[in-house]
Amino acid sequence: MLKIAKERLNELYAKINEAFGLYIPIKKAGEVNYHVWGEGKEVSIETLKTVKSPKNMFFPQSENMMKFKTEDKNISIEDMNFEKKPFVLFGVRACDYKAIDVLDKVFLADPVDTYYQSRREATTIVTLACSKPEESCFCKVFDIDATAPKGDVTTWLDDNYLYWQANTEKGEKLTSLVAELFEKGGEAEVKAQQDATKAVIDELPFSNLDLSRFKPENLNELFNAKEWEEMSEACLGCGTCTFVCPTCQCFDIRDFKTNDGILRYRCWDSCMYSDFTLMAHGNSRTTQMQRFRQRFMHKLVYYPSQNGGLYSCVGCGRCVNKCPQHLNIVKVIKTLGGKNDD
Amino acid sequence: MKDVEMKMLERAKALLESGEVARVIGWKKGEFFYDPTPASFETVDELKDFVYNWFCGANLSKYLIQMSKKEGKTAVFLKPCDTYSFNQLVKEHRIKRENIHVIAVECLAKLNIEAIKAQTDGIVKSVDVVEKDVKVVTTSGEYTLYKPEVVLSKCAVCNKTHQVKDEEIILHERPVRDVDRFEEVEKLETMTADERFAFWKDQLSKCIRCNACRNVCPACSCVKCVFDNPKSGISAKANDSEFEEKLFHVIRAFHVAGRCTDCGECSRVCPQNIPLHLLNRKFIKDIDGLYGQFQAGETDEGKTPLTSYTEGDVEPKDVFNGEAK
Repeated sequence: MLKIAKERLNELYAKINEAFGLYIPIKKAGEVNYHVWGEGKEVSIETLKTVKSPKNMFFPQSENMMKFKTEDKNISIEDMNFEKKPFVLFGVRACDYKAIDVLDKVFLADPVDTYYQSRREATTIVTLACSKPEESCFCKVFDIDATAPKGDVTTWLDDNYLYWQANTEKGEKLTSLVAELFEKGGEAEVKAQQDATKAVIDELPFSNLDLSRFKPENLNELFNAKEWEEMSEACLGCGTCTFVCPTCQCFDIRDFKTNDGILRYRCWDSCMYSDFTLMAHGNSRTTQMQRFRQRFMHKLVYYPSQNGGLYSCVGCGRCVNKCPQHLNIVKVIKTLGGKNDD
Repeated sequence: MKDVEMKMLERAKALLESGEVARVIGWKKGEFFYDPTPASFETVDELKDFVYNWFCGANLSKYLIQMSKKEGKTAVFLKPCDTYSFNQLVKEHRIKRENIHVIAVECLAKLNIEAIKAQTDGIVKSVDVVEKDVKVVTTSGEYTLYKPEVVLSKCAVCNKTHQVKDEEIILHERPVRDVDRFEEVEKLETMTADERFAFWKDQLSKCIRCNACRNVCPACSCVKCVFDNPKSGISAKANDSEFEEKLFHVIRAFHVAGRCTDCGECSRVCPQNIPLHLLNRKFIKDIDGLYGQFQAGETDEGKTPLTSYTEGDVEPKDVFNGEAK
């Protein structure tokens, strides 16, 4: 294990940024989100939860896919999925890292989404262990160890040092690039921090949520549960939960007429929106209850039934913090999941 | 606040038991003490989850569009600022007034848990308010915070009073405060155009287009928003550029100008904490200046500056040229 003094972190960022692009939590206009690093920017890796999750780096909120143009009788098509420059994603928490697994199963399954794939392959991920989890966190429910995230490199931060451990070939490559900034050591400090943090996590209010009823064989029973009406009553039908969620992956594709042909782009979409299921024949989900139910059934029942039991929630708690009316997946789990939380 | 909650609960029970109303709209307990959810209570048994505390910031007026269409009367607890939205919705024929029983309930400002967390360490266990002191207990210790610094932005400069009440539950009078709600707007006005552009660019480029501001807004009560309607030709879910969101937010502010009551829900719900209320407040200030003092939602009838014409109305070209008086 390696370590670097906290006050030298800017040197580390500068060094990484020289060789790759560096995306890191940065405070801008009061909020912390992933941005490209630059001298003088306010880095905030201590921030537990960026508003937007790092999924934005592989699956941007909107991206151009292709251009086409008609000239005489010819149509020319320009593929806009150019090769992505390698970059380093720094400070990814364990929950958000696990969320990338969830996304991979969607975007990298046959047929592979080459837009996602090119960014994914270009990325070296440096994760950061949690040391100050908060009450809305429940990654433990999904068997995620917040104190030992994976990734190409794992790091731990305390008051004095950032500790660094490479896990993969990509991680080793990055390490050799910045090795001169590091010194050896830190095993004992990291172990102590992990133990202390685990003790906090064990005591968090949502750490023992019961998921036992969310099984494919209970699909119909859960779908028809009368509680959905009440649970969704206050839902505004906005997309906050969807857009701050690290695992939500739905998108819309649209064509846009420009002065120079047609631009095809895709952008995040939300199953909470009224026209999400609008098709030529009409709309198959006409009430907010149906949309609300879809979102949670997808995360807790449909997705796991197609992906070997892997839930499409990682317990990051962003929806708990951000829903304007305080509806969230925890309430759904408590209401329909099982009883051991009482 | 506990005494107010008890009174409200008592009243809700009586109204449901007597059959005077079919449902009561209020707030129910969340997972923590600071995240109550708007809820409709139809039986006395359901009231076991009823709550009214320092964190019931949500404006319940907009829910009444749907609730007033249901069978039977609906009772609702409205804070001072919520009653302006209520009046405005009645005026716009969105709420059936005769189906609603308004219980005016006191509000001594509501707290912002994010602001409290930002000023404390550890996991928040309890929050208590004594005059201007907010006493917070967390797993790391005890803190005393200054209340004006941790209230919701919409409460910081509020001097509103109930404009509608069929009955009231007010146990503590709120003193009129010496605050100026246009102070922040004036700060923006003194900036140069470039500085102001930079300010809004920084703020609006955070927008994730979740539409929470629109969906919570009582003035945004279109059955189908033009931005959601595929037939409108301008429906959109994405931003083309980082700053394209300015168009969405500026257009929305224009659309609610003269009808926005300054309830501040837009800023409360924004996941990126964009001070959206400042756009609306700028319009309110300009309307005051150009047409004479006007507060949307003070009544549920009458003409408004932007929906009526008088000969003395300001000339658009004078506004454009900055020569309006």
